[in-house]
Amino acid sequence: MPSYSFLVNGESRTATVDADTPLLWVLRDELQLVGTKFGCGIAQCGACTVHLDGVAVRSCSLPISAVGEQKVTTIEGLSEEGDHPVQVAWKEHDVPQCGYCQAGQIMTASALLAKNPNPTEEEIKSAMNGNICRCGTYLRIFDAVKAAAQSR
Amino acid sequence: MIKTTYNRRSFLKVSAATGGGMLLGFNWLAGCSTPAQADLAKALPSQWYPINAYLKIGDTGLVTIISPNPEIGQGVKTSMPMIVAEELDVEWKDVVVEQGNLDTGAFTRQVAGGSQSIRQSWDGLRTAGATARQMLLETAAARWGVAASACTVANGIITSPTGEKLGYGELAAEAATATIPEEVALKDPKDYTIIGKGKRNVDIPAIVTGKPLYGIDTQREGMVVAAMMRPPGFGQTLVSFDDSAARAVEGVIDVVRIGDKIAVIASSTWPAFKAKKLIQATWKSPELIHSSAYISAELSKLAQQRTDKPSRNDGDVDEAFAAADKILEREYEGPFLPHNCMEPMNFYADVRDDAVELHGPIQTPEGTRKDVAELLGRPESEISIGLTRMGGGFGRRLFSDFVIEAVEISREIKKPVKLVYTREDDMTAGVYRPAATYRIKAAIKEGQLSAYHISGAIVNLGLAVFPDRFPAGLISNYRVDNHNFESPVTFGYWRAPISNYLATADQMFQDELAKELGKDPIEFRLELLRNAKGKVVGEIEYDLDKSIRVMELVLEKSNWDKTEPGVKKGFSYYYSHNTHVAEVAHVRHDDGEPRVENVTCAIECGIVVNPMGAMQQAQGGVIDGLGHHLYGRLTLDAEGIPEQNNFHQFRLIRMKETPQVEVHFVPSTESPTGLGEPTLPPISGAVANAGMA
Repeated sequence: MPSYSFLVNGESRTATVDADTPLLWVLRDELQLVGTKFGCGIAQCGACTVHLDGVAVRSCSLPISAVGEQKVTTIEGLSEEGDHPVQVAWKEHDVPQCGYCQAGQIMTASALLAKNPNPTEEEIKSAMNGNICRCGTYLRIFDAVKAAAQSR
Repeated sequence: MIKTTYNRRSFLKVSAATGGGMLLGFNWLAGCSTPAQADLAKALPSQWYPINAYLKIGDTGLVTIISPNPEIGQGVKTSMPMIVAEELDVEWKDVVVEQGNLDTGAFTRQVAGGSQSIRQSWDGLRTAGATARQMLLETAAARWGVAASACTVANGIITSPTGEKLGYGELAAEAATATIPEEVALKDPKDYTIIGKGKRNVDIPAIVTGKPLYGIDTQREGMVVAAMMRPPGFGQTLVSFDDSAARAVEGVIDVVRIGDKIAVIASSTWPAFKAKKLIQATWKSPELIHSSAYISAELSKLAQQRTDKPSRNDGDVDEAFAAADKILEREYEGPFLPHNCMEPMNFYADVRDDAVELHGPIQTPEGTRKDVAELLGRPESEISIGLTRMGGGFGRRLFSDFVIEAVEISREIKKPVKLVYTREDDMTAGVYRPAATYRIKAAIKEGQLSAYHISGAIVNLGLAVFPDRFPAGLISNYRVDNHNFESPVTFGYWRAPISNYLATADQMFQDELAKELGKDPIEFRLELLRNAKGKVVGEIEYDLDKSIRVMELVLEKSNWDKTEPGVKKGFSYYYSHNTHVAEVAHVRHDDGEPRVENVTCAIECGIVVNPMGAMQQAQGGVIDGLGHHLYGRLTLDAEGIPEQNNFHQFRLIRMKETPQVEVHFVPSTESPTGLGEPTLPPISGAVANAGMA
């Protein structure tokens, strides 16, 4: 099996896996970074969202061989103390119910705000529309994204 | 006063070593949830003293409260400890929450289901806190040589009549061995300082930083991962299979047949998933295949029939229908629905000669342990179940089929294993909200509703219509028939089981009735309720006054009587899980596709323990219900195979379709009732009654 070295949360990590192994399973099973969640495996639900050079991507559908030199950021690396404005807003607004999809939601929201610090309501809805929450926490997610944007 | 004999075993001394306290393990905080996390007000203790099964007090005054019930997102890991803390009289910031594991000796009903966690534990949790408080108080009073009744308690500090003070931390060692009081006084709800005040989910710090919390995050030394292939169609059996390609995948350890299923064992998840797809299996279909078309036709036939034993038969509906000026009759059909928990089914099992260790997300640990004991022919005492936070439950994890599979695999391969479902496995595994068909018929005589007959047919669940729900008891001629249709398509309880479709059918029908009678939809229902006061026919489960109250509240809050251009309003009401709910959906029709803009919701659920969490449950129930009403449908093809297997084919509601949800709780000092489910059943009817079927 080939070996892949890549940057995760600022550290160089190596995994020996098949080339078609999705980044999601490398993170979860090889690097024990289990904050990134498995939801659907076909890039439909967003639970597995991570940043690739700052852009939100679905790690369940990204083979490890395609990562290359790009920097990967996971929920564990979003901030050192859990105090990224999006994380702070999530706590303040008491967003999660079961919480399973929330890492993906937070990664999508933080990528949006990095690119667009003052999104309109429509832009927030469009960006967040790819992330499913069966508990239906969308109202609080929306409020938290808005609050995080205002706090920056 | 409340007798502490309520589950007295919970109050027996936890262990003989109690007097010496519990030694603090390394890293104990990592396994706990702290409302204030980093800024715990009190220092970490060096010793913990268990006062009873629900709580331990540290020598610094920090308190650990054990939350006994499984957490599926309904918020009990926050609200149950709040109740204990209230009666214990400590500050919430001094509380650390620990998830309890299955312990039938100490706790009762460790189940996440039926929206009953708070309702059924309300007395037990309060008593646990109050008993500990009393033991601490008596310990302090004895030390000072004064009467306990002369001392006061606030925020974990006891004050003597002369102003001396002792903190719980200073008393814990002694209090842990004190006599358990025979009875204790509980607080008057007006004195609550924690209950009724919004508290944030205690797991939030861990959730937003991606800490391992869920069953799927389980990693153990020597653990392998399994994926399970099952017959694709319901009722199919396994004839033969070729696993040569699967075995060639690097990382695959073994492929084993377990009954009609095939387990792929690998060193990690991806090779297991990948190899499973490469298995070539031959399946045999049953003689009679249950497709959606077949089931639907059978349900409709059944619903039109009468049973020999109606579930309710007040008055004489036949006579009333014969004498009617007009008869209104409709049929409603509800599809199968998968649960689609965001965390797919998974479980860890290690079946060894000395013990069986299980760990993972399950709503019914006690029943599951029984199932496993029976399967293995081993005593329950050899089986332990560790509980994890769950990525959704919605009833799916009331069923232990996937735990049994994990146990079967571990027994077969003699290794610790984590079974993980792919989304496709999860969505096609059955245990569905069963399809159901309702036929409702009403008689109108001289401008009044004179008879109501509801007949329901449901797949496998046995009960389609509750016989004692609204409007039962309000109409003198009322009949209920229940039909069961047996099918290989396995059924499950799905958030607000039975109610979720029954409410839709009933509430849509009642709106048509109101229209037929020329009455306002809310006024029509209110009239039925008001006229029945003092003359209810037979037994009913719901409360007339509470029903009236939520209807009047939603009428007021939704501006029901005010018209808004382009917007249609739809009303619905339902009682379930001991809670009364009325909803109004505001649907915009003049701007492209009809869109639910706003939902007003009025709820009577007794005391609201945690308003912040309660709001989440109420809003989430409405949004979840709306999504399934608009998009949810699982169908079975001519081979009995589900035609939807992932989110590209089964649509869930997303942010863009989410309406505003305005929630109003009726103020109450009565014991709390269910809240995880009751706001879901009415929403479909409200939306349909606003012209958006």
